[in-house]
Amino acid sequence: MKIVIVGCGRVGAVLAESLDHDGHEVIIIDLLTRAFDRLPGDFGGQAIRGDGTDEDTLRRAGAADADVLLALTEGDNRNVMAAQVAIENVGVKKAMAKVNDPVRAAAYAELGIATICRTTMLSDAIEGFLGLPRSGVPSVIPAVAHQHEPRHAPAFGAEPIGREG
Amino acid sequence: MFVLVVGGGKVGYYLAKELLESGHEVVLMEKDRARASQIADEIGSIVFPNDGCEGKYLGEAGCSRADIVAAVTGDDEDNLVICQMAKHHFDVPRTIARVNNPKNEELFRHLGVDEIISPTRMILGSIEQDIPVHELLHLAALGDSDLEIIEAHLQDGSPAVGRTLADVEVPDGCSLFAVVRDGVATPLRADTVLAVGDKVIAIGKADCEAQLRDQLIGAAEA
Repeated sequence: MKIVIVGCGRVGAVLAESLDHDGHEVIIIDLLTRAFDRLPGDFGGQAIRGDGTDEDTLRRAGAADADVLLALTEGDNRNVMAAQVAIENVGVKKAMAKVNDPVRAAAYAELGIATICRTTMLSDAIEGFLGLPRSGVPSVIPAVAHQHEPRHAPAFGAEPIGREG
Repeated sequence: MFVLVVGGGKVGYYLAKELLESGHEVVLMEKDRARASQIADEIGSIVFPNDGCEGKYLGEAGCSRADIVAAVTGDDEDNLVICQMAKHHFDVPRTIARVNNPKNEELFRHLGVDEIISPTRMILGSIEQDIPVHELLHLAALGDSDLEIIEAHLQDGSPAVGRTLADVEVPDGCSLFAVVRDGVATPLRADTVLAVGDKVIAIGKADCEAQLRDQLIGAAEA
């Protein structure tokens, strides 16, 4: 697979290394060159310095014919925007964004972007470790359907969300 | 009208202030506590000191009953997400985003933001109007569609000079409708022969611009 990763933090770097070792074509993007120090010396993929929410950067990284884009920076919104630019403007087939706000994670899955939420993932794992009943809230939410026209996306989440948690 | 303003920078601050003065109900969200309390001291307790990007806090600020959400932080990605959450999760009828990178305008529109305000684009437009070079001028945007009125000033070397409208390949979704010659505006007919110095007025989608430039202005380095 051809995989573009936005954000060379701990998660991005570890994943890039592992996917590269598995023989995938990996392109990793970060704003800071220094972030690429996290990659191993024998990393066989490409490291590109640039803004992953910028269409030109994504094109330069060859995202146009990538199989998947993974947005894994520290910022939820940056991830969401990178994923949306990739799908809507660059034509990436599939994108996943790391979104640590559970409300936003669920909302963006409805808007056609798969999300992974560290908050629910960790709390669920910790509850499991403590032998408590698990929340059962999924931490990886697949994209519901690709909305080509998000303008007409159905409304959802009728109940007031402030009461969650 | 209940307006939820997200971002307590200069824009958000003055926006909230003006809206209050004209009698609207306003809540201003600002995640920086110090800045939030400073604004509250000045314009009253309408400030909600939390991150407007967080779904939970948007809900607590009353997003679901807002008539308008205006996302005016300094970061495009935050403004996009605030508007999308407001639109799709809280059913807000009207969302307005400040956009800094002009390249993001189309994406924002496509992703459902109702109104896009781009200070960069506005200043750019103003500068371009002052410098009558070999460029296309944006005269105006039409309502909330993506149509704009464009003026092309024909110079020596323009591929359109000496040709009639029928010979110019007009991009799809674009229409040339008038020509200004010696200060007189006349409708552009199929047999009008274009000349150096003509100002051709066109109406069309923003993305026709490149083709229009090729046809009327010529090579970019001219």
